[in-house]
Amino acid sequence: MTSKRKIVTAVIFLLSLHLAILLAGFLAPYDPATQNRDFPFARPTRVRVVDAVGHLHARPFIYQYVARPHGIYEYEESREHQYPVHFFVAGPEYKIIGLWPSRIHLFGVEAPARIFLAGTDNYGRDQFSRILYGGRISVAAGLLATGTSLLLGLLIGCISGFYGKWLDESAMRLAELFLVLPWLYLLLAVRAFLPLHISPTQTFLLLVVVIGTIGWARPARLIRGIVLGAKNRKYVTASRGFGASDYYILRRHVLPHTYGILLTQAALLVPQYVIAEVTLSFFGLGLSEPMPSWGNLLANLRQYNVLVSYWWMFLPAVALVLVSFGYLNVANAFHERLQSGSI
Amino acid sequence: MQRLGCLATLFLACALSCLASSDPQSLQRGEELQITDNEVGHYGGNLVVAQRSEPKTLNPVTAADAPSREVIGRLTADLIHINRASQQTEPALAKSWSMSKDGRVFTVKLRHGVRFSDGQPFDADDVVFSFQVYLDDRVHSPQRDLLVVGGKPIEVQKVDQYTVRFTLAQPYAAAERIFDSLAIMPRHLLEKPYAEGKFAQAWTLSTSPAAVAGLGPFRFTEYVAGQRIVLERNPYYWKADRNKNRLPYLDELIFLFVGNEDAQVLRFQAGDTDVISRVSAENYALLSKEAPSRGFELFDLGPSLEYNFLVFNLNDLKSRNLDKISAKQTWFADLKFRQAVSSAIDRDDIVRLVYAGRGVPLWGNVSPSNKFWVDQALPHPSRSLEGAREILKSAGFSWRGDGQLLDHQGQVVEFSIIASSSNAQRMKMATIIQDDLSKLGMDVHVVPLEFRALLDRVFQTYDYEASIMALGGGDADPNPELNVWLSSGGTHLWHLGEPKPATDWEAQIDQLMQKQMLELKYNRRKHLYDQVQELIGQNLPCVFLATPNILVGAKKNVANFRPAILEPNTLWNVEQLYFRQAGASGRGAAR
Repeated sequence: MTSKRKIVTAVIFLLSLHLAILLAGFLAPYDPATQNRDFPFARPTRVRVVDAVGHLHARPFIYQYVARPHGIYEYEESREHQYPVHFFVAGPEYKIIGLWPSRIHLFGVEAPARIFLAGTDNYGRDQFSRILYGGRISVAAGLLATGTSLLLGLLIGCISGFYGKWLDESAMRLAELFLVLPWLYLLLAVRAFLPLHISPTQTFLLLVVVIGTIGWARPARLIRGIVLGAKNRKYVTASRGFGASDYYILRRHVLPHTYGILLTQAALLVPQYVIAEVTLSFFGLGLSEPMPSWGNLLANLRQYNVLVSYWWMFLPAVALVLVSFGYLNVANAFHERLQSGSI
Repeated sequence: MQRLGCLATLFLACALSCLASSDPQSLQRGEELQITDNEVGHYGGNLVVAQRSEPKTLNPVTAADAPSREVIGRLTADLIHINRASQQTEPALAKSWSMSKDGRVFTVKLRHGVRFSDGQPFDADDVVFSFQVYLDDRVHSPQRDLLVVGGKPIEVQKVDQYTVRFTLAQPYAAAERIFDSLAIMPRHLLEKPYAEGKFAQAWTLSTSPAAVAGLGPFRFTEYVAGQRIVLERNPYYWKADRNKNRLPYLDELIFLFVGNEDAQVLRFQAGDTDVISRVSAENYALLSKEAPSRGFELFDLGPSLEYNFLVFNLNDLKSRNLDKISAKQTWFADLKFRQAVSSAIDRDDIVRLVYAGRGVPLWGNVSPSNKFWVDQALPHPSRSLEGAREILKSAGFSWRGDGQLLDHQGQVVEFSIIASSSNAQRMKMATIIQDDLSKLGMDVHVVPLEFRALLDRVFQTYDYEASIMALGGGDADPNPELNVWLSSGGTHLWHLGEPKPATDWEAQIDQLMQKQMLELKYNRRKHLYDQVQELIGQNLPCVFLATPNILVGAKKNVANFRPAILEPNTLWNVEQLYFRQAGASGRGAAR
């Protein structure tokens, strides 16, 4: 595969993941916070095309769950009635991309049956819906935090590389300090100082700011290196001779050199920051219930009995792996392209 | 000559090892043993138990944490003991006791010939010394409150070497129950640190085992920080089975420190430990599946005495700069608001989702398993969202177009519930309550807090709005509950440090609780305590939720295992436990 095709496939894969997360409301059959208390820890619903007597059906259908008598969180399918899976059905209200209200969902089944593609959690909440909605928060946190880091890194890297001297010295010593910080403990400490109850939006922004500001050091050092190399090129000296301002030189001649590094860094940082958010939420320091985030979902696995009894509780981790894989793939493709010198 | 020297050394070593041995001592003349009615066992074996955290101390007076108490309870003994199975008092170091007619003077006869685990004799001086320490203001023992009756400390007097007289300022119901778990300490070892004012520093985990002695079935031999504490048989223990075999049967009792419940379950599953207490329902289900193949048995003992509840902050916040919370207190203080909350909470769902069905819903502070004291007439209203809405409407609340609840000033009703982040069960309750109350239009946030931070907010800073907590579980008697329900009590959680009862019903509860304390007849006490339970149920200072069943397990070869709903659930009769098959745990059998 040529490097260009590699980039295209990697980007398409990544974009489709993001689209799925962005359209969570449409793809998810249920509201992520709705508790179906009769179905805690139900295993994923089997979508069938062949019924109990062996007839083939054109439209996929499911059987409803009923609790097994005397079992703890055990269910069996009631074969009495088939519930066909319908597409583009009306369901709970949501907002498309958080803007336009809508009730249309990609698929669903008639009540009282429920379709749980990824099983349910302790409160009978649909995991499939929660994974999609949770992805919004985890991925958005990763993206925004990466933006913050890169912006800071670019700013400090440029100033430090371009002006040098004591500015450079102090900025780089500070960067070293940030590089050696044990960030997880720092995050834990920061969270502990916060007021008892802050709104979910505030918590989210705070997570982004904290994760983002800690990670500026590495991109800043890389960018500084590139700026150092670029500022002594002959055409830079020439344009300076023609009376170009610092700002013009930076914008016109220096910054374009950093784009490749910025992209690669972004592709590397996003999964790292998604995992940072997941870690914080896993420890209960992120968004609180009932808001889903991948870390919150995975936090169920902290209980031993969940860990060994309900395999579908691991599914959020699969989503996390897919997204990380998508980004690293893109980073890799960019890197190859960068080395061959064509970006 | 050299050979002779060798022999002499050998002989000396033998003699020394005999002296230090923990083999049960033969019975002495004049020794008044307590004869137990358990199945006769045989000696040998080590019982291993896992604890969630490490004990902090071995000092019976300063110990406040559960792991320390669990260990100390095996090292020490009390005068009068509450039998965990029957929930009634029975003689322990006191062989008999009598109460004067006016109910104020309590005379206790001690067993003769009892010795501490270091072989020193026990008598009335040790009892007087122990109570002197418990009652000393400077020692700050948590037990002191129990020993102050009618505002005056109990007077303790030695009558003769084996008789002690306790004088109370006023009659006290079930006075003999006070003595349960009050460890009698050796004067010969602790008098010096006490006289020097260093009592609180005595008997730490680093104290040499030789300097620690008690009257319990075991004595301290080894502590390895972060790993385990080992107790060996007390060879002088004062109980024997009906064949006059001195108890305990076990050679050693080992507590491992494993960190949390899941680790306890794992160690038990792997066969590393012999007994497990207080398993969660999910882990119980998990273990039940493997019980037949792995050779252990599990027991569901029914509802515990503990009560989980939601409490709203009604503390006096005037001088505390917590304006936001004090604004919300107008809702919390409104009985109708609390009634609506109570009515909207689905307790059956809590039992089903939190305890996997192994628990019971609660509407009062007394668990249904406390048969002597529970008020059977207490109403159990079923969950009703419509009812809750009606109550809120009548209290002046209204709803916005999007369903959000507003108070009579148009303020959005939103508050946060704090719960201990390490307690998965209480976190789940909070999430269920959050969902239930959202159906009333209340915007509730769940805030997980580290347990100590939570206690600090509830007891010190009052910086919280509502909290989910649990109390009870110690004794079945109402008296230990005095601390919670008296308006001056130290765990009067919703409103601490009231100078005088803040409401009429709190004043009424104060009176009733004081009255039942002085009442010596069970029927009359029960009647008074029923009234207290009804007042609590009507006024809902706490919204009671549920109580879990006590779930325990043990290896099948542990004999005489009789778990109880009172703490300590499994080890209360550890002196009677033995391993059924010879050579269990790799050590010797009958001797």
